[in-house]
Amino acid sequence: MRDRLTSERPLVGVVLVSHSREVAASTAAMATGLVGKDPVAPIAAAGGTEDGGLGTSALAVLEAARQVDRGAGVVVLADLGSAVLTIKALLAEEDDLPERTVLADAPFVEGAVGALVTASAGAPLQAVVTAAEEAHQYRKV
Amino acid sequence: MEAVLDAAFFRRWLTRVTAVVEREATALTELDSAIGDADHGSNMRRGFDAASAAVDSEPPDTPGGVLTAVGRQLISKVGGASGPLYGTALRRAGRALGGEPRVSAEQLRDALGAAVDGVRDLGGAAVGDKTMLDALVPAVEAYGAALERGADLAGALDAAAAAARDGAEATIGLRARKGRASYLGERSVGHQDPGATSTSLLVAALADTAREAS
Repeated sequence: MRDRLTSERPLVGVVLVSHSREVAASTAAMATGLVGKDPVAPIAAAGGTEDGGLGTSALAVLEAARQVDRGAGVVVLADLGSAVLTIKALLAEEDDLPERTVLADAPFVEGAVGALVTASAGAPLQAVVTAAEEAHQYRKV
Repeated sequence: MEAVLDAAFFRRWLTRVTAVVEREATALTELDSAIGDADHGSNMRRGFDAASAAVDSEPPDTPGGVLTAVGRQLISKVGGASGPLYGTALRRAGRALGGEPRVSAEQLRDALGAAVDGVRDLGGAAVGDKTMLDALVPAVEAYGAALERGADLAGALDAAAAAARDGAEATIGLRARKGRASYLGERSVGHQDPGATSTSLLVAALADTAREAS
C-alpha cells in the first residue's frame, strides 16, 4: 500500500553512462537487484559507442535520459573521460536533455546503487543526487 | 584578394579538414596508442565525416551556423573525449560569430577566444597540461598579435598555424595532467599529444583555406 502511494508521485530517473556497454548494463542490473522491491525507479544504461565499441554515444545518452524522464528530474552517473565530458557538453549547450537533468559527482557503481535506491523510495531530485555523491564517503579500509 | 569570412569559407575549411583528418587518421591514432587509447584518428574521422555530411545536406548560410553545425555533429558522433571538447569549442565559436553572413578577422579572433574558453570550462585543463590547449592557446594568441601588427587575415592565420604546430611539438616534453595519458605520469613525457596535434591540423587548414582564397 505504501508503495502504491509513493508510486503516484513521479520518480526521479537514473542514467548510467559508461565507456562499456556491458559495464553500464550490468551496473543498472545490479542496482535494480539491490533495490529489491517494487517500484524500481526508471533506470537506463548508455554504454559504449554506437557501433558497440568503448567510448560514449551522445545520442544514446539523450535517448536514455528521455526514456527515464517522468518529470521529476534525471540523475546521470558517468565513469570517466568522454562519458563525463559528453554529458557536460550536452548540459552546457542546453541541448535536448530533459529539464532538471543533473550530473552527479559520484563513483559509478556505488553511486548508481545509492541513487536508484533513493529514487525508488520516492525521494526528490536533490536527495537522489546527494545519495549518489555520498557514495564517496563509503570507506573500504 | 583578401579572403572573405562567409559561410562558403567555413564550408571550404570543413572540406579541407575532413580530407586532412582522413589522411592523418593513422598518424593520429599512432600518437594516441603511445599515451592514450588508440582511437583519436578514427574518432576524428568519424566526427568530421558526419559533420561534412550534415553540412552538405543542410548547408547553413552563416559562418556561425556552419561552426555550430559542425560542433553539434562532433559532440554526437566522435565517441571519445575529443568530441565534446572540439564540439564545444566550435559551438562556442559559432555562437560568438552570431547570425551575420560575413564576419571580420577581428570577430574570428573573438570567436577563437570563445572556443578556448569553452575547452577550458569543459575539460578544466590549463596550458602545460599536454592537451589540445597547448596548441590552441598559442595559436589564438599569435593570431591576435599578428592582427595587432597589421597582418591581413591570411598572414594572421599563418602565424596561428605556426604557433599551433610549435605548441603541439612542444607537448613532447610535457607530462600529461588530464585524461587517460595522465595515469602514465612521467612516462607520458617524450610523446607528442594527439589532441594538440589534431588542433594544429585544424588551424593549419584554416590558414590554407585563407591562403587559397587570397
